[in-house]
Amino acid sequence: MSKTILSVKNLDVTFKNGRESFTAVKNVSFDVYEGESFALVGESGSGKTTIGRTIIRINPASAGEIAFDGRKISGVIDKELDTYIIRNIQMIFQDPMASLNERATIDYIVSEGLYNFNLFKDEAERREKVFKALNDVGLLEEHAERYPHEFSGGQRQRICIARVLAMQPKFIIADEPISALDVSIRAQVLNLLRDLKQERGLSYLFIAHDLTVVRYFADRIAVIHQGQLKELAATEELFARPLHPYTKSLLSAVPMPDPDVEKDKKLIVYDPTMHEYETDKPSWREIFPGHFALANEKEAAEYAAAYR
Amino acid sequence: MSETSNPILKVRDLEVKFRVRNKELTAIRRVSLDLYENETLAIVGESGSGKTVLTKTFTGMLESNGRIAGGSVEFEGRNLVDIKTDKDWEAIRGAKIATVFQDPMTSLNPLKRIGVQITEVIEKHQKLPAEEARRIALTLMGKVGIKDPEKRFSDYPFQYSGGMRQRIVIAIALACKPRILICDEPTTALDVTIQAQILDLIRYLQREYNFTTIYITHDLGVVANVADRVAVMYAGQIVEYGSVREIFYDPRHPYTWALISSLPTLARKGEPLFAIPGTPPTLFNQIVGDAFAPRNHYALNVDFEEEPPFFQVSPTHFAKTWLLDPQAPHADPPEAVKVMRKKGNIYTESGAEASR
Ligand SMILES: Nc1ncnc2c1ncn2[C@@H]1O[C@H](COP(=O)(O)OP(=O)(O)OP(=O)(O)O)[C@@H](O)[C@H]1O
Ligand SMILES: Nc1ncnc2c1ncn2[C@@H]1O[C@H](COP(=O)(O)OP(=O)(O)OP(=O)(O)O)[C@@H](O)[C@H]1O
Ligand SMILES: [Mg+2]
Ligand SMILES: [Mg+2]
Repeated sequence: MSKTILSVKNLDVTFKNGRESFTAVKNVSFDVYEGESFALVGESGSGKTTIGRTIIRINPASAGEIAFDGRKISGVIDKELDTYIIRNIQMIFQDPMASLNERATIDYIVSEGLYNFNLFKDEAERREKVFKALNDVGLLEEHAERYPHEFSGGQRQRICIARVLAMQPKFIIADEPISALDVSIRAQVLNLLRDLKQERGLSYLFIAHDLTVVRYFADRIAVIHQGQLKELAATEELFARPLHPYTKSLLSAVPMPDPDVEKDKKLIVYDPTMHEYETDKPSWREIFPGHFALANEKEAAEYAAAYR
Repeated sequence: MSETSNPILKVRDLEVKFRVRNKELTAIRRVSLDLYENETLAIVGESGSGKTVLTKTFTGMLESNGRIAGGSVEFEGRNLVDIKTDKDWEAIRGAKIATVFQDPMTSLNPLKRIGVQITEVIEKHQKLPAEEARRIALTLMGKVGIKDPEKRFSDYPFQYSGGMRQRIVIAIALACKPRILICDEPTTALDVTIQAQILDLIRYLQREYNFTTIYITHDLGVVANVADRVAVMYAGQIVEYGSVREIFYDPRHPYTWALISSLPTLARKGEPLFAIPGTPPTLFNQIVGDAFAPRNHYALNVDFEEEPPFFQVSPTHFAKTWLLDPQAPHADPPEAVKVMRKKGNIYTESGAEASR
């Protein structure tokens, strides 16, 4: 594998609300390699978006460290580095309804970053960049003059993606980028993200709950539950040899586009109280080469034995 | 579900237009549809094809720049198209036909306690005293899987997780025992585990309360899980409909073929996914012929000139494509569709034998 582009080490994110505090992300560590699609999957509220928002510095890291391209980007940083990060790490936000300025035209929305960083010579070049980005996501030039409320949910999501692409970042955090899209546009967008990865060496932190899409798109997957990573492995390895019971329950819940299969579907339920962690404490262990899981001594032995 | 039962809702030649500045776009183009008592009908199709707009006409929720330009929606002996005022809609919307949207926060008031939001609806539509409404609300909360409803009754929406909020929206939708429940991407924002629970919940409640469900989603996995029948939309029209097995294992419309072909489950990793080339037509102009023709490499000359009628494939299965015309040349469906046929043990020759 090539060099590490993003490195997250022992990250904690704690939200304080008056006297109460809540740690949404606990001791999370992972690396994303250049040109890689690294997926984060896990239940709602498990901390996926929070991790993304912490990387782009919307949320502060409470503990741990984040590095991008070899430079530390968490904590206090200078203006130059801040600009560098904004240009090069872009996030496609989860909620397309909330993240678009309703009073701006699509043309303006897609150009906003270009304006902020003066990324065009003249008006003609700006228009060209906007149209290119719109076409890339399957929208028409005529859409540029329209306003967000005139678009369907899927169209709005594509506007968000166009806005990110217009910036030509190195690293994209794609938070559920395709869940509001129809199957075909989804294919277009995934192909586009894949092409950008191949042509420009772009890397992704890909957050999605549709595991059929993650399986196709991601090189490696990390499974997160209640703010903690439970398992991390190369994609096919994870599907072939899921170790942690939470991963197994997640995989069992994926709806397959096959009515006869769905009819006989059995859900595996994960009960977090099943672990016996009082004396034998869990830690992050490499069970198979490159395949990690959170497990105590006893579980680690069981996990390794299960696929022997 | 079967074609022998009576339709609970009958849509005929429905047309919906929106005014956008000085122009008008046609979002729904003469759609007809029967919805049968107790069935779950899934509507799938291209983003912007009109799924949401179509179902909004059933509850009078079109935005103010939209209008119904033709056709009818028959429900309980009334033509819903004739209802003009919000006051008249009250007897239908929420009471007889309820909708669950993708984002629960569009349906919940962030400043009001959860319990109040449920009882309000019950008091308003069923004209029951507060005590009785509270009792029903607590039962409903239990039914949608909220643990310890008494304790959670006075919480505000922000104290609930996304999945729990969506359960409350479902509870509110069911509070008036609607006859039709429209779910517009109700689980898109939820993770797979919660999604599986919500799907189970809707199925269980459907048995318990005997309502009919329209389910809009892009996730063909979800469709395979919930649907009895499937309608496929493209550019403001339904282009194919049939039983869930017919649509997955024996689709006939090239747009449905394209949908199946773009599934990542059937793709090989590292190879591009099949994506339909081009973009859907602009809805501002009159569409000539088959709207899908310019993106369809199975298109025949006639597709560019004349709109195809629906051809019958089986008593329950219809597709609006000239490929099913007895005079059409044989079309070999894409690989993915053949894979699906095998999975469903379907052994038909081509679509050519289908009768009109
Ligand atoms: N600004 C905030 N203040 C307080 N708590 C927060 C804040 N943002 C997030 N949280 C909490 O942190 C936890 C993780 O939230 P996050 O949005 O990261 O989850 P997620 O994994 O992205 O979930 P989903 O799949 O539903 O998007 C949740 O319990 C959430 O309520
Ligand atoms: N208020 C409006 N004003 C103008 N055009 C509108 C309005 N509402 C919807 N449209 C247009 O009508 C068409 C159908 O929209 P609709 O929301 O029904 O699509 P959809 O099939 O539900 O798409 P998605 O899957 O993305 O939700 C779209 O082209 C959309 O741009
Ligand atoms: Mg999130
Ligand atoms: Mg919609």
